[in-house]
Amino acid sequence: MEYAIIHNNALIHLDEIPKLNYDAFFELNTGLVRDHPERHCVSYFGYRSDNSLRLICCIADDNSCEIFVSSCQVSCRQQLEAMTSRALCFERYEREIHENFGIAYLNHPWLKPVRYPFNRADRSQAIAGYPFYAIDSDELHEVGVGPIHAGVIEPGHFRFICKGEQILHLEIQLGYQHRGVEELFLRRKKLLQRVTLAENIAGDTVAGHTVAFSQVWESLSGMEIPRDILFSRTLALELERMAIHTGDLAALCTDVAYQLGNAVYGRLRTPLVNFFQEWGGNRLAKGLIRPGRNTFPFTEQLASRLKTVLDTYEPDFEEMSRMLFRLPGTLSRFERTGVVSTEDLLSIGAVGMSARMGGLNRDIRSSHPSLLYETLGHQPVIKHHGDVLSRVLLRRDEIRQSMQYLRQLIQQVPAVSPETEVPVSLQPGMFALSLVEGWRGEICHCAITRPDGELAHYKIKDPSFHNWMALALSVRNNEISDFPICNKSFNLSYCGHDL
Amino acid sequence: MLDNLKILLHQGKQFIPDVTSAEVPGVFRGRPVISAVAADGEKLAELCPTGAITSSPVTLDLGRCTFCGECARQFPEKIRFTKDYKLASNDRNRLIIWEGVDTPVVVDPDRVRKEVRNVLGKSMKLRQVSAAGDNSAEWELNAANNVQFDMGRFGIEFVASPRHADGVVITGPVSENMAEPLQICYDAVPAPKVVVLAGTDAISGGIFEDSPALERRFLDKYPVDLYIPGNPPHPLTIINGLLDLTRKG
Repeated sequence: MEYAIIHNNALIHLDEIPKLNYDAFFELNTGLVRDHPERHCVSYFGYRSDNSLRLICCIADDNSCEIFVSSCQVSCRQQLEAMTSRALCFERYEREIHENFGIAYLNHPWLKPVRYPFNRADRSQAIAGYPFYAIDSDELHEVGVGPIHAGVIEPGHFRFICKGEQILHLEIQLGYQHRGVEELFLRRKKLLQRVTLAENIAGDTVAGHTVAFSQVWESLSGMEIPRDILFSRTLALELERMAIHTGDLAALCTDVAYQLGNAVYGRLRTPLVNFFQEWGGNRLAKGLIRPGRNTFPFTEQLASRLKTVLDTYEPDFEEMSRMLFRLPGTLSRFERTGVVSTEDLLSIGAVGMSARMGGLNRDIRSSHPSLLYETLGHQPVIKHHGDVLSRVLLRRDEIRQSMQYLRQLIQQVPAVSPETEVPVSLQPGMFALSLVEGWRGEICHCAITRPDGELAHYKIKDPSFHNWMALALSVRNNEISDFPICNKSFNLSYCGHDL
Repeated sequence: MLDNLKILLHQGKQFIPDVTSAEVPGVFRGRPVISAVAADGEKLAELCPTGAITSSPVTLDLGRCTFCGECARQFPEKIRFTKDYKLASNDRNRLIIWEGVDTPVVVDPDRVRKEVRNVLGKSMKLRQVSAAGDNSAEWELNAANNVQFDMGRFGIEFVASPRHADGVVITGPVSENMAEPLQICYDAVPAPKVVVLAGTDAISGGIFEDSPALERRFLDKYPVDLYIPGNPPHPLTIINGLLDLTRKG
């Protein structure tokens, strides 16, 4: 067997992951994804072992619910043929491996820095010297935006090449948010520290990343998770999706100068985040989710409170949405703006919302389900035009869907299970992987343990890792004045990417 | 037009009339109170993920606290979190909560720079810089300006250009990669430059403290006018802190 087959949240002994030579590894993984739209790479990373580098590649098959894991031992001084030359979806993974370990890939389009991590292989490279793509022409001009933007948002640099008002090319340079999160997972030894780190990977996706971390931890420590915890996590993920989508609709209204929409959606988000606070004491769900523990049990009282919140939310939301999608002024800005084709989404390996808005069905809740998604019978919402309007409509429909799931879930609140001791030791020499569909899309956390049970490696992938490229493609041939709505309609994470 | 008015009417009154006395719903982990009862201080200190708790005497530093509530969960007799959201101060030492002392966290009026109250008392424009913030404090700063919290009614607003700003609000633990942009932005702000640190990550580094990816020397160079604790800070914590800084009694 060239690869090991695992399922979401499964555990596998490191020795059971086949070690191939690079040629076989290359053929296997590029062959798995090429001409197979149902497969995509969920994680590909390197970690140092025995004075060399072990590359681990995980390809998920959305039809069979399987994940194919293979590996390859290489030296950092080796020259390797880039898998990107065969399949574009490996492009950023290979840049990352190059940046972290110095591997010189052959036939890679451009091994640009990804995030300038503190432990990069070449410390002489600094973020101020980023090599932008440029075109030398008297007819073109460049527009640079950031790292600090006009609004209260995270930093990143956007470099446009324009002909008049029209964008020919956009390059997005990230890395400003790098905090060394993955390394800190190894340095911080206490579980509470590590789960706090997971909560702070992306403060707008607290439920998503914390559930992923918890699932990795629980499989490594061999815990069985009772229904009430699965229930709380499903609820938190869907509530987070609803809250952020609502806030995004408000921001999108701002960007097309529709003040009423901004005010109404903006205030509709408040009762949702306030409900998080009623439940767990924090508006962004920090402190709510812990490995192996139900810290804030969801009670019948909370269920009836949530029902009231949804009952008052729904008519106002529907009234506002009817208006938003009827106004010529908003529709003309949304429609056919920032289009990405299904082929492009597939080739760059887009995931989550950014894939589903353009006809590509990528949703971990249905393809690799965990928690209570199987009982909910989740069917992903898919839009087909790949434009801003599709992304706005997707949000509206996903809000409705999440609302329906929440209503369904709270009809039967499970009894609180007795608290059990959370094991502090992990199974040694293991590889664990967890996939969670956060509101942006697929979150992937991988962990490797040493022979003594300590963490040897922790790898995080936020969906934004793939999807920033979709934003860059979406603005081509659009007017530069439409950049804000394109950007907001994706709403990607800077810190989730930079780690 | 009529439909728009109908929607407006259906919203009712959304704004919070008095942001200084409004009550927050449900459980909220605001200002902690440490009782004088005996407790295993060592265990308590060991428990804290960010080293915010000292053992003897038992103190809790709001500038390091992530408000996870684990200490109150394991030592309910010793520590409890109240719903008091007024946590901001201009004195770093006032963020430290002592055992047996239950007094509000306040801005020390004597330490406020004169020009801050004279010049910015009725209107203050701020430039926000996210220096590796996780987008939670940024969300709450935005929320402070929404129709409910409506900080704009006090003349406090966020602006796009540092040239139009009276100061900077920093979120995040300040990454090495953001150190230079932060400095450039600060240099572009005209005096009197107010420096506000919003959130635990900005005040102490929080869970990222001592990460080799940070570069926090900027914070040693300039005086900080206001510390706003929280992970992230609640909009009411933000608004009350900024009001206490700029308004006379």
